Amino acid sequence: MSDGIAETTIGLDRTTEESPAGAQGAHAGELNRGSALWIAGLARFYGEREALADISLSLDCGQTLVVFGPNGAGKTTLLRVLATLLRAHAGGVEVFGAALPGDAWRVRGQIGLLGHEPLLYRELTARENLRYHARLHGVAPARVEELLRTLAISDRGDEPLRTFSRGMVQRVAIARVALHDPALLLLDEPYANLDPAAIELVRPLIGGGGGRTRVICSHDPSGGLAEADLVLGLRAGRAVLLRTAADVDSGEIAELYR
Amino acid sequence: MSASNPASDPGTAGPHVAQHGDVHARPRPLAHAPPRTTSVIVALLRKELRVELRTLESVPGMSLFAVSTFVVFHFALNRTTVDGDLAAGVLWVTLLFAAMLGVNRLFVADAEQGGFDGFLLAPVDRTAMLIAKALALLAYLVMLELIAVPAFALLLLGPPLGQMFPGLLAVLALADLGLAIIGTLVAALAVRTRARDLLGPLLALPLLVPIVIGAARATSPLLVAGHPGQVGGPPFRWLLLLGLYDLVFGLIAYAVFDFLLED
Repeated sequence: MSDGIAETTIGLDRTTEESPAGAQGAHAGELNRGSALWIAGLARFYGEREALADISLSLDCGQTLVVFGPNGAGKTTLLRVLATLLRAHAGGVEVFGAALPGDAWRVRGQIGLLGHEPLLYRELTARENLRYHARLHGVAPARVEELLRTLAISDRGDEPLRTFSRGMVQRVAIARVALHDPALLLLDEPYANLDPAAIELVRPLIGGGGGRTRVICSHDPSGGLAEADLVLGLRAGRAVLLRTAADVDSGEIAELYR
Repeated sequence: MSASNPASDPGTAGPHVAQHGDVHARPRPLAHAPPRTTSVIVALLRKELRVELRTLESVPGMSLFAVSTFVVFHFALNRTTVDGDLAAGVLWVTLLFAAMLGVNRLFVADAEQGGFDGFLLAPVDRTAMLIAKALALLAYLVMLELIAVPAFALLLLGPPLGQMFPGLLAVLALADLGLAIIGTLVAALAVRTRARDLLGPLLALPLLVPIVIGAARATSPLLVAGHPGQVGGPPFRWLLLLGLYDLVFGLIAYAVFDFLLED
């Protein structure tokens, strides 16, 4: 990879606000703290293993950050930290100006996480699962019916989720994520297991636009780049690529996996 | 390959910032008002009972265990009936271990199917989960006792159940409340560990011993052969002990439950 990567400065402005307490990123104060996401020197460990180290970036409202990296690179950990489910062990993280984990309560209702697990109960029907999550977010039941129709799962809405294929479960999981119309979408391979028709159905809900800020983990260089404003490449928990999507070609993404 | 740090050169902000740097983040108002805690508790409890109704993982196992244990006692003690202290001991030890089966299963579906994360992502008071889970466990215990107490009366108990029933009901209610609160607290702690099946009972049993002692002592006078009803009810001091124990652990659970759910 070219040295140009190291010289790239993305997501910065010249503001020099103070780092949050505990921020250990060498340049934490120079990141744009007015951003939707502000990450400075983020590190996270699992026991002795370093899952993320010295990650720093900022992302403006309405933009999409696409994260590439081989298995175990730290993509899911990054999403879970941003989702307020994991604490950073070093560095600072702010989501919509709320410092995590202390102010996580301020932004929880504005985050939608689509991970590897659908976060749905197998014994409940699709409709019951969505109504349950609607209640947790204070969303009217009518929104559940609207999403079941939008994603073409109305006719199977009363079947237990354990009888669904992976693709159908993914549709329900996407409906769950979109229920409360979150301002920040954290999507881990959102189109996995979906057929082309289903992808078109879910795009209005989790696609770009509508002011949604998105962080997407992907293994698809061309598809991921097409959605990205900013690209982050991770390897062994460290950022090895961080640039605007226009300045990245798919060959550089492929390089991450070698 | 060298890692790029976006903050490494603050003097050369890229095109990303030039285009979007003025778009500042403010936590926008929620599209929907956060739900009331009572509404969340109802949703959680409804989900809990639905899952149990469809999987039948807890109550049938607890009930079967209790009835089987009474049968074993029936033969192991080589007595057709028991009464007094022995009857109270057999009843409460059996109920305690049957309850542990339910405690061990209480958070398993949430841990295995992502229910914890789904709940933690919602803008709700985390205490709602404590209350809903404790109510669910309380419901399981009541269902267990609807089967176990008549089975105990049928298989082992000497004195008739009828006259002692109101007093026994009071003891069962207070003991069940304590079992539900402590069971929920311990289950939440144990479920995130790899040795949850071992850790749950190891943590719960010492905490539940005072409940078993209080409940057995309160029940014993009710089960004395030949004098049912003469004592007028369970001893007040043991009921008071059970009530205080429930209150103390209720407050502890309320204070620490948030931390148990945190990373």
